[in-house]
Parts: sequence; structure tokens; C-alpha cells
Amino acid sequence: MIMATGQSLPGQRRWQRVLGTLMIWLTAAMVTLSVLTAGAFLGLLLWFAGSWLTAEGMASGGVLVRFWGNLQQLLFQPSASLGIEAMLPAIIGTVIMIILMTVIVAPLGVLVAVYLSEYAKNTWYTELLRIAIQNLAGVPSVIFGVFGLGFFVYAVGGEIDGWFYAETLPRPTFGTPGLLWASLTLALLTLPVVIVASEEGLARLPTSMREGSYALGATRFETIIRVLLPAAGSSVLTGVILAIARAAGEVAPLMLVGVVKYAPTLPVSLQAPFIAFEQKFMHLGFFIYDVAAHANVGEGRLGLICAAAVLLVGLVMLLNLTAVLLRKRLRDRYQALSEE
Amino acid sequence: MPYMQRDALIQASQFQSTAARTPPGLVVQQLSLSYPGNGSALVDINLDIPAGAVTAVIGPSGCGKSTLLRCFNRMNDTIEGCRYSGAIYVGDNNVLAAATDVTALRRRVGMVFQRPNPFAKSIYDNVAYGPRIGGIRRKRDLDEIVERALRDVALWDEVSDRLHTGALRLSLGQQQRLVLARTIAIEPEVLLLDEPASSLDPISTLKIEELIYELKHTYTIIIVTHNMQQAARVSDWTAFMNGGKLVEFDETDRIFTNPVERATEDYITGRYG
Repeated sequence: MIMATGQSLPGQRRWQRVLGTLMIWLTAAMVTLSVLTAGAFLGLLLWFAGSWLTAEGMASGGVLVRFWGNLQQLLFQPSASLGIEAMLPAIIGTVIMIILMTVIVAPLGVLVAVYLSEYAKNTWYTELLRIAIQNLAGVPSVIFGVFGLGFFVYAVGGEIDGWFYAETLPRPTFGTPGLLWASLTLALLTLPVVIVASEEGLARLPTSMREGSYALGATRFETIIRVLLPAAGSSVLTGVILAIARAAGEVAPLMLVGVVKYAPTLPVSLQAPFIAFEQKFMHLGFFIYDVAAHANVGEGRLGLICAAAVLLVGLVMLLNLTAVLLRKRLRDRYQALSEE
Repeated sequence: MPYMQRDALIQASQFQSTAARTPPGLVVQQLSLSYPGNGSALVDINLDIPAGAVTAVIGPSGCGKSTLLRCFNRMNDTIEGCRYSGAIYVGDNNVLAAATDVTALRRRVGMVFQRPNPFAKSIYDNVAYGPRIGGIRRKRDLDEIVERALRDVALWDEVSDRLHTGALRLSLGQQQRLVLARTIAIEPEVLLLDEPASSLDPISTLKIEELIYELKHTYTIIIVTHNMQQAARVSDWTAFMNGGKLVEFDETDRIFTNPVERATEDYITGRYG
């Protein structure tokens, strides 16, 4: 770490030293800035969230009290006069969708990563595939929405309706936007993240580990399932965490494939089949947009939006925290690989 | 080149099933091997490796000794474009034949690598990995196998109280003995050791060498080493290789005191390599 100590090696030129010092300061400045920004952002959100003055809020005064008042109102008692819906179904919808997406994207991403890292030979075709996957991460998310609508909803959903729901046909069952298609679309959107992270995790495992397994008479499949994937588990989970973070923030594609302003029933129930895959659902991100665009609340609008935003951020953090804890448990169990 | 009586060897190994546990000898015939774009790595190797003894393979870097070792359990198959011809008999099976079940072969011919390569699992799971793959499921059986294997490599007393902690937390020397235990746990007949002590400190090296000495009665052991003192200490037979060819093969004492070939003498006396 020449740069970090600011020491110079013999033969190091002056401009290299200057550049090194500059880099240290720049990095430090960036870190400070990002921490400050994050703090300020959260503070502002909380402040605004509380500044929508309810009657009780006004009386008690404190920011947090007012925030709680806002939340209570949003969660449980949206008045018809506000022109918005309750937030609880939107929270439930968001969580269900993200969980469903994770369940889809994790195995799929791992499968592709295993193929790329363990099975595919290094040809121009594999290279092309890698580039395509990486480019997928750069496609504007609303394009995924368009794709989901065209492919999942109309093509796949339409076919399913033709096969299994012919009797109700003019009225579509799966051939219309719904929870499953939204989850699939988001899974596709976040697939590159999971693939890249998992593949890197697998590639980092030393060849000697694979050979050790082969030398014990294991097949390639056994080696992957029992040695490599457990060892790369924390990388996979890192990918999943990033995927959740990305997915939780998306609204635009969802508006095309399943999210609505108001859904009369929840997509989950306590009776089998528990999840209504074909149902449209409500979503926090869309809820925020809806409040901003349509709520009939005048001055208090920003406070409402921010209360919902804080909730969304908190939700994402909670989901991420779960994954991070899971990853930590995995790391403790297997311990990070010793440095070569 | 002095030659063992190959037919006698093959015959002896054919009757191995009647003996309690006589490890097989290995017979290498006209083995040649090439890597893509790299020319020949092994040229026409003929070698009879005696059963139940330690055979050291020595030679300068890049002489093909590790490559030779990796032929015995078909480890070279994992390298793309690697081609070989000839035959290697373990017992009476030609393991280079296309019909060979490679996974079954590798359970007969175990291998320990240069750098310790424990899996990112617990100590217990590392040792139990081979048996589990072989279909052993009962916990009591596995417990027994794990304990026996760890005792065989003199690791049991050091780790018996933390069998379920990560294997990567062990010291390098312990890791290498763990890997040896992992290999022994599937009860192979032949042990291939690829410079097993090259990344270890002197004390760990000594332990490994003691182990080799103890294990040679139940296994046919082939050890590749850079360290000539080590070869002299642990082996009964020594093969000297140079440039992909087998230069000389004889009893270790003779190789180190009175080699036939000039190249061998030069290498052993440190004038070369």
C-alpha cells in the first residue's frame, strides 16, 4: 500500500507520488460525502414524513410523533376524501413480489453461472453470452416491462389461458398482467446481477479445490453441488442482495405487468393455494407515485409521500438485512477461503 | 535401465483379493503425453512400480514428474486437449483404457496435492466427503470412518474437540494431514503424493514423512518431490526423470550412492537442476 502511506518507493516519480496523495484525499472525500448524503437523505425523509400535520401531530409537535400519525393514517385509515388507498396492501404486495422474484432469480442465476463457469468452454460464443448478460444490466427497466407484457403476459399467459382456462376465455386469467408476470419480469431484470456475482464467486475458487474433489472420485456434478456451490454461497447471496435492492426500487416496468392503483383482494390468503399468481396487486413504489400524482391533500402531500418512502426504504433494508445475516451465517459456517 | 519382472508383478497383483489387503503394483508401458501447443510432456515412459512400497519420482522442474503422477488417476483428463498413449496397469486393469470408470479409478488411486486443498467445510465434512459420495449415509459408520482416518494421520488428538469447525482454520500442516485423512477415508489402494510437504514447515514435513513411512505397508505410495533428502529418507525406490523421459529407476539406495546414468549423478550431486 504505497499510496495509503504516502511513502515513495525508489524510482517512483514525483507525479506518481502527487497522484497517489491526490487519490487518497479524493477517496476520503468521496466516502465522507456519501455518508453525509445518506444521512441527510434519511433525515430529510423523516422530517418531511413528519411534517404533514395531522390534528394529533399538530398537538404533540414532535417529528416522530407526526410521522407515526402519518403512517397510521396511511396504513389503516385512508379517508375517501384523500383519493388514495390504504398502504398496507401495497406493503404486502411489494414483499410478496420480491420474495417470489428472489425464489425465481436465485436458482436461475446460479444455474447460468454454473454453466458459464464450470461447463462452457472458452469460445467466442461464451464470450458473446457474457457480454450479452452484462448488457442486459444496462437496459432501461421500462423496456423489461414492455418485454414482460409482450412475452409473459400476452404470449405465455395467452397460451396458458388457451390450454387451461378455455371455458372462461373471453375473460383472461393468466393472459393479463398479474403477480407472477411481474415477478418474472423483475427476475429477468435482476438476473445479470445474480449471474455475475455467482460466476465471480465460482471463478474465485481455486482449481485445487475442484481437483481435490475429483481425486476423491466425485463427478463434476457432485463437485459443483457439494463443494463449489457451498463454498461460493456467500457470493451468490451477495448477488441476491443486490438483486433485491434493485428490484425493490423498480416501479416503471411493474406498471405494465401487474401493479395497479387499487386491488380489491390481497394476492395472498390463508387458504390453498395461498398465493394468487394471476392476480393484480398493489406496490409501495407505485403507491408513492399515486400519492404524488393523484392524492387530494394539498400542502401535506410531501409528508405523505415521504412517510411512504421511509417505509419503502425500511422495507428494502429489512429484506437486505435478512440476506446479509444469512450470508454471515454461511460465512461463519464455511469461513472465507484463506488467501492464496 | 534395470527392470523388474513385470509378469511376476502383474501376477502378484492378480491375486490381491485373496490376501487381506495387498496393494497393487503399477506398471507403466510406453506412456507418452502431450499438452496442446506445448509439445511432449512425457516421452515413452516404461516403469514398474512395486507394490506396498514408497516410490519417489525426482527430477528438475518441468521434467514431467507431476504430469506422470496425474496419469495414474487420470487427473490429466481435466485438462483440455491433453493427449496420451500407452498403458498403465493398476493391478491388471489398464486405467488408460477408454472404458475405465474414472471415478471408480480415483477411489482406488487417491491423490494428495502440493498445496493443502481442504474444502470450505467442517473438518468432519471434509473427511466424510469421499465416503458420503460413495454412498455411506449412516452417521455411526461415518463417525467411525472419520475418527479412524484422522487417527491414521495423527490429527485426531489435535482436532477431536472441534470436528465441526471450518477446516480452513487449521494450520497448513494440519490441513495437509486433513487432506491425507480425506484421501485415506475412501480406502484407496494406491496413494499419489504430489510434493505433499513443499508448502509446509520442517516440523509438519517431518510429520508427513513419518506418516508416509507408516502408511506404506497398506498402500502403494508414489511421491513426487523436489527435495532429494526427502526422497532419500522416505522412499524405497526412486525414479529420476528429465525432459519428459525416465532416465533411471532403481532402489533408492543405489540411485543415491551409485547411479548408472551420468545425468542422475549430476542431478543428485547438485551439478544440475
